[in-house]
Amino acid sequence: MSRILKHRLFWPLVILVALLALNLFFTDNFFKIEMKEGHLYGSVIDIVRFGAPLILVSLGMTLVIATSGIDLSVGSVVAIAGALACLRISDLSDQNSVGGVLGAVGLALVLSVVLGAWNGFLVAGIGIQPIIATLILMVAGRGLAQLITDGQITTVNSSPYKLIGGGYWLTLPFGIIVVAVVLALTAFLTRRLALGLLIESVGGNAEASRLAGISARGVLMTVYAFCGLCAGIAGLMISSNVSSADGNNAGLWIELDAILAVVIGGTPLSGGRFSLSGTVLGALIIQTLTTTIYSIGVPPETTLLFKALVVTIVCLIQSPAFRTKVFHRRRRPVTASPAPEEKVRVTA
Amino acid sequence: MTGITGLLDRRRAIPQKYIPVLVTAGLFVAMFVAGGIRYENFATGQIILNVFIDNAFLLVVAVGMTFVILTGGIDLSVGSVVALATMLSASLLKDGWPAYAVMVLVLVIGAVLGLAMGAIIHYFEIQPFIVTLAGMFLARGLCYTISTESIPIDNPTFTDIAQSRINLGGDLSVSPSAVIAVVVVLIAAYALHYTRLGRNVYATGGSEQSALLMGLPVARTKIAVYTISGFCSALGGLLFAFYSLSGYGLSAVGMELDAIAAVVIGGTLLTGGSGFLFGTVLGVLVLGLIQTIISFEGTLSSWWTKIFIGLLLFVFILLQRVFSGGSRRRSP
Repeated sequence: MSRILKHRLFWPLVILVALLALNLFFTDNFFKIEMKEGHLYGSVIDIVRFGAPLILVSLGMTLVIATSGIDLSVGSVVAIAGALACLRISDLSDQNSVGGVLGAVGLALVLSVVLGAWNGFLVAGIGIQPIIATLILMVAGRGLAQLITDGQITTVNSSPYKLIGGGYWLTLPFGIIVVAVVLALTAFLTRRLALGLLIESVGGNAEASRLAGISARGVLMTVYAFCGLCAGIAGLMISSNVSSADGNNAGLWIELDAILAVVIGGTPLSGGRFSLSGTVLGALIIQTLTTTIYSIGVPPETTLLFKALVVTIVCLIQSPAFRTKVFHRRRRPVTASPAPEEKVRVTA
Repeated sequence: MTGITGLLDRRRAIPQKYIPVLVTAGLFVAMFVAGGIRYENFATGQIILNVFIDNAFLLVVAVGMTFVILTGGIDLSVGSVVALATMLSASLLKDGWPAYAVMVLVLVIGAVLGLAMGAIIHYFEIQPFIVTLAGMFLARGLCYTISTESIPIDNPTFTDIAQSRINLGGDLSVSPSAVIAVVVVLIAAYALHYTRLGRNVYATGGSEQSALLMGLPVARTKIAVYTISGFCSALGGLLFAFYSLSGYGLSAVGMELDAIAAVVIGGTLLTGGSGFLFGTVLGVLVLGLIQTIISFEGTLSSWWTKIFIGLLLFVFILLQRVFSGGSRRRSP
């Protein structure tokens, strides 16, 4: 029992279940999933579907945070990717041509990777603190996105592009499939190959891992580029869902939500270890919270208030200092660092 | 990199710690001169005073942020607290509260919010980033709970302060808000450079562990800087309310970024322990002057402001890296 209580994913899971249970009282048929015209429908499906961009951004963010970095620019990358894709598609003579849309999507994703690699270059190549290095792109990126769309909201009317964020494939929303593929790929790369171990070792101590023969710079560049790519895909989803690109508001504050999701999922901001499943849980908690607030009839404006409350509670529960001070169960020094065996333990 | 620092080492006349501030000052002068050559009616004293008038609230907020960053922390909640302050004063004034009671209450609420965040950061050892992020959500959420609409302010005390101008002789005049901002800067500069609190702030930012071992009151200092930042944000919010004469939950979105950018451009190291309040003032002035130049240019769209600020941030961070990185590697 105590092992379950101490498991890293225990508290996030409890909160998610509690939130879902809350919905049961307020919404009839909350857990009902039905088939309509060959598509799956239901509140739970909607939570995953609308949460898909956040999950993607959070996945990239998890790896960045695992290297004890942070990426504030994801929101701007979301806006830029959406803006560029919509601009290219609106320039096409036939907006429904699959080739043209693929070209636009590919170009947007390449740009996202380049932007991510730029962050990686600032952090690994020049050695700027991650929070500041990515602040540059966060500020300038919004301007770039508006520059691309010329300050307008670019709308497109393209059915292949609409598929990414709003369409269905094999009865499931396409967004969920994309998330599942990216998640599976990330889990494979980091947990079945050595990459995850390298990321954690760079996060634990970049200098020591360099001396141990790990190319810390290469790992950092890869991680930031991957984070840019995830943000780019999320940007395509968001803009495709509404068939338009808004340089000013697309992905606004998604970086904060993503960081929250990562922290709620039990990945410490100090880096050195990470939990992909925890992050997915965290992102789902945030999305469920938003959905719950809509469904129980609290004014949606107070979402932020609830978010603040949940963040504070989750962070307090996860803080060792808080637990020792409040529960007085374990009387050990306040500066207790995570037990060494936790660092070695690897969970997919 | 070594070439530049080597050159600087030989020129001992200017201590290295002043160089980022001097570069910012040089940039400000260069921008002002360039603007004066390019546009008519630009090179006047009133332009600089207007930058002060239009950015008084940002200046006050950035002063609070300087304290926090000097201890090596960060405060993301400032923009939301500014919005909360405008919202609170607008709604309380609508309910018929006396103006001065509202001002005092708003300032107290801002300080208490900062105090609470500082206490959580210190006693529960949670990263400042996350705690102030929660504070940001909280303050913004409270704004929306008060109202989602913009509330106009028609209280005579507030409108008087908003419309009055203090004549400085000649054609020059400033708003009371700008004067308040300058007074705040002077008090903060005194506190930072000539009092025990200021020394403790620098020591804590330099190395928290060492400060603790020296017997300095680290807990009190850390909580104090967040309280100061909360107070400054609330005061900035009041100035913003004077400036806009309304309360709106979506005002000052992203102001935390402007404040951080101003502090960085002013030459304060984000790792803490090094920087000057005067640099922050210059940082705010540079940001303000960019906006002025873009409005003078007329054909440039507003998003260029963001791109320019991003570029400037990049240049200054690179500069910091060259100076601090070079000197640190030399003395292991």
